[in-house]
Amino acid sequence: MSLLSVRDLSVKFAMRDTTVTALDQISFDLAKGERLGIVGESGAGKSITGFALMNLLSRPGFVDKGKIMFQGDDIVQMPEARMRNIRGNQMAMIFQDPMVTLNPVLTIGQQMVETLQAHRKLSKAEAEQIAIVKLREVYIPSPEERLKQYPHELSGGMRQRIIIAIALLLDPQLIIADEPTTALDVTIQADIMELLLELCQSNKVGLILITHDLGVVSQMTERTLVMYAGRIIEAGRTREIINDPQHPYTQGLINALPQQTKPGQRLKQIPGNMPSLTAIPAGCPFSPRCEFVKPHCLTEAPKTVQYAHVEVACHEVNRLHSSTDSITQSDKAEEIQA
Amino acid sequence: MFAYLVKRVFQAIAVMFVISLIGFAIQDNLGDPLRELVGQSVSEEVRQELRDERGLNDSFMTQYLRFAGNARRGDLGTSYFFKEPALDVILKKLPATMELVLGATIIIIGLSIPVGVYTAIYPNTIISRLIMGISIIGISIPVFLTAILMIYVFSVEYGWFPSYGRGDVVHVFGYWETNFATVDGWMHILLPSIALASIMLPLFVRLIRAEMMEVLQSEYVKYAKAKGIRPWRIYFVHALKNTLLPVITVGGVQIGTMVADTILTETVFQWPGMGFMFLEAVNRVDTPLIVAYLIVVGFIFVVTNTIVDLIYGLVNPTVNLARMGA
Amino acid sequence: MAYSFRRNPVAIVSLTVFALIAVLSFCAPLIAPFDPYDPGQIDIMNSEYPPLWVNGADAQFMLGTDDQGRDLWSTILYGTRLSLLIGICAVALQAFLGISIGLIAGYVGGRIDSLLMRLADIQLSFSTLMVAIIFLAVTQAMFGSETFNQYAVYFLIAVIGVAEWPQYARTVRATVLAEKKKEYVDSARVLGFGPGRIMVRHILPNSLTPIFVISTVQVANAIISEASLSFLGLGMPPSQPSLGSLISSGFDYIFSGSWRITAIPGIVLVVLVLVINLLGDWLRDALNPKLYKG
Repeated sequence: MSLLSVRDLSVKFAMRDTTVTALDQISFDLAKGERLGIVGESGAGKSITGFALMNLLSRPGFVDKGKIMFQGDDIVQMPEARMRNIRGNQMAMIFQDPMVTLNPVLTIGQQMVETLQAHRKLSKAEAEQIAIVKLREVYIPSPEERLKQYPHELSGGMRQRIIIAIALLLDPQLIIADEPTTALDVTIQADIMELLLELCQSNKVGLILITHDLGVVSQMTERTLVMYAGRIIEAGRTREIINDPQHPYTQGLINALPQQTKPGQRLKQIPGNMPSLTAIPAGCPFSPRCEFVKPHCLTEAPKTVQYAHVEVACHEVNRLHSSTDSITQSDKAEEIQA
Repeated sequence: MFAYLVKRVFQAIAVMFVISLIGFAIQDNLGDPLRELVGQSVSEEVRQELRDERGLNDSFMTQYLRFAGNARRGDLGTSYFFKEPALDVILKKLPATMELVLGATIIIIGLSIPVGVYTAIYPNTIISRLIMGISIIGISIPVFLTAILMIYVFSVEYGWFPSYGRGDVVHVFGYWETNFATVDGWMHILLPSIALASIMLPLFVRLIRAEMMEVLQSEYVKYAKAKGIRPWRIYFVHALKNTLLPVITVGGVQIGTMVADTILTETVFQWPGMGFMFLEAVNRVDTPLIVAYLIVVGFIFVVTNTIVDLIYGLVNPTVNLARMGA
Repeated sequence: MAYSFRRNPVAIVSLTVFALIAVLSFCAPLIAPFDPYDPGQIDIMNSEYPPLWVNGADAQFMLGTDDQGRDLWSTILYGTRLSLLIGICAVALQAFLGISIGLIAGYVGGRIDSLLMRLADIQLSFSTLMVAIIFLAVTQAMFGSETFNQYAVYFLIAVIGVAEWPQYARTVRATVLAEKKKEYVDSARVLGFGPGRIMVRHILPNSLTPIFVISTVQVANAIISEASLSFLGLGMPPSQPSLGSLISSGFDYIFSGSWRITAIPGIVLVVLVLVINLLGDWLRDALNPKLYKG
């Protein structure tokens, strides 16, 4: 049985006069201990997916349809009290910007202890002992002293390590990390990712890594979802998606990577911008930017089909690949990782 | 911490210096102390003699230094009307005003926090909308008008509460007279306290609500939810503490307005406090008393503001008191 | 903005009421049946008539008369005009001082900035009303009531205008600091424009929204301050009454049953301040400017 199973999840935002669809019938599964990447441009619905999984969509967003089965229970239907018991306990979240995630007026110790005490009957001293152990696991020096410090006394990288430690406090089944390194210095980003990977592997924790960075995904995850305008347009094993992307959008993303460009060449960018959620075109949402667009792409929404080793939502995927030779694309994963 | 304290105290002294200069300038220009002392029937020569004798012909600086030196010893001159040291007159009136301020402060703090928090958490309930509606009416009614309205309704029409004075007061701690020891005292202080609180309470409700709503949108509150923290802890530990930081600052600023409002409230209710006394002094051109009031009130401002600043520094961990002093 | 206005009945009603009060009061000399400043038109024998809808009224006096026999309707029209005039002029003065100081503090920065802002803190902690009470009390004692009454309007405008400059200065300074970092200010500087031109032509327009929102609340507060001062006898004299002095002269009669002399100008004052506050609230929601906090 999979740990997490999302079926036809639709999320909408109630605007002044209308509702806007932010997630359009997305479905995916996550096995126990599996690491999944969700990739896409900002506004594609990645973060909304993360918050929907925690049942933390803030108004005016709401789940319109669909199921989120977590360990056999539907999170969408779950009463708030039970959901609260899952949050931070079985399912933890790492936020984007560590500078604003921790409460500025509470000490690190208070914020760690309260998390433990919210889910387990522990004395303050016992909780602090667990907190110290977890802080050591994320390589925080002299953790006893950190407990007494306030967030503003620590650097961004240090704070994100602490947030990872908080995520691991109650040995969760699943960690959702929403762009955990975007707000950090480039030099620290790799360290944090490596730490996250190491801890997920050693503790056998499932990970959903939300990012716009295909390079990070290829290092960190086993499977990948590519999102565009609130839909999953391609899904499969990370290796396959990097090596042999089927959807024109994914191909565009990979071709736009600096590693795919020879020195002196211009970066290959996908022309145009992702549509805003209020103005998603009819048919295939990618059609206005797609170089292979055909008339029916503009009217009919593509169904998800199995093609090669991945699932892809594109009308033209057959014709697109009948002539290309997938061998030329091989070993891109290694290139990108390097 | 110590350095910050020293810096803050220096600033307080600087402000007190300016206030004393203003006070002295008023004393120097307002009324003729000789006329108050000896009347008008004295010849010009005797006047000059008296002037010399009392140092009234000395330079401004000498006179100011004398004034400041006396002030430091607690000598702020003698009231023309009461024929008593001005400071004694004011200190006798001080408890009445302080108790009024205390009553209003209790009402403001006791109500604004729960009401502000409630309207921030449930902004769309009918009760919240009603509270917000009442609060904007509240800030639109001047204190003196609220006071008049309350006298008219509760004293003149229904006769439930007395309309003036302090009623039965009890002496405590030697010289302090308190309203809070007798039923009659409570009856007398209730209406003035509500009137004094009437404009500040809605102001703070609105402020706390606005700050709290902003804090509830913050990342750290979302994060606390994602950790599975219970709502009451999120509201009252995570959110409220962050909400109150700006509220403390505004509270410090409002102390001045509060003292000004005591003058209005005391006038309407004929409450025998410093404010009522001050207006009487103004009407009698009792210069030493006016100046003494200015200096005492200025002193209260400076002390309370310094305390509020220190509290803010202690409550807010991101203010590094040690570094701010450097 | 027009959209949000049309959808907001409170804003529509507030603006209508405010416009009505403003037009009526500024046309007071044309509308009012009596001139309350002309002693020749006042007869003490007419004092304390009730309004028309109460028994014993005199048809001449729509809202009745006050203790001196003045027609309350006329007096209120003239009084409201005075209150509004003082409020608006005082706020104009505040805005002028505050914007100038805020621009200088923000643009020059450094020691001058921290000194000015420290002054602003201190000025704010001594509330306007307190400063005004002491200033006016001393002025009145110094010049004597007669001279004071003659110039009361100017004293009121000056003291309310001077005491509240930090409200504007802080907001303008915050905008200046935010805008100064932006590129267009640099490019204006590179093009050789002087600081004065950069501030007035480039930075100031960006502070207009918050200035506008602050101004509504400030006018409401200034009207309350003026009324409070006049109530204490430190503002407009009874011979030339504003709403505050009308309430004050009526207050002496509240125990003898003539509560209307206080109540009617009181209601006008509250309605006037309330509609301005409601408009300010709506403006703040609609324009959502970045206001200085703390």
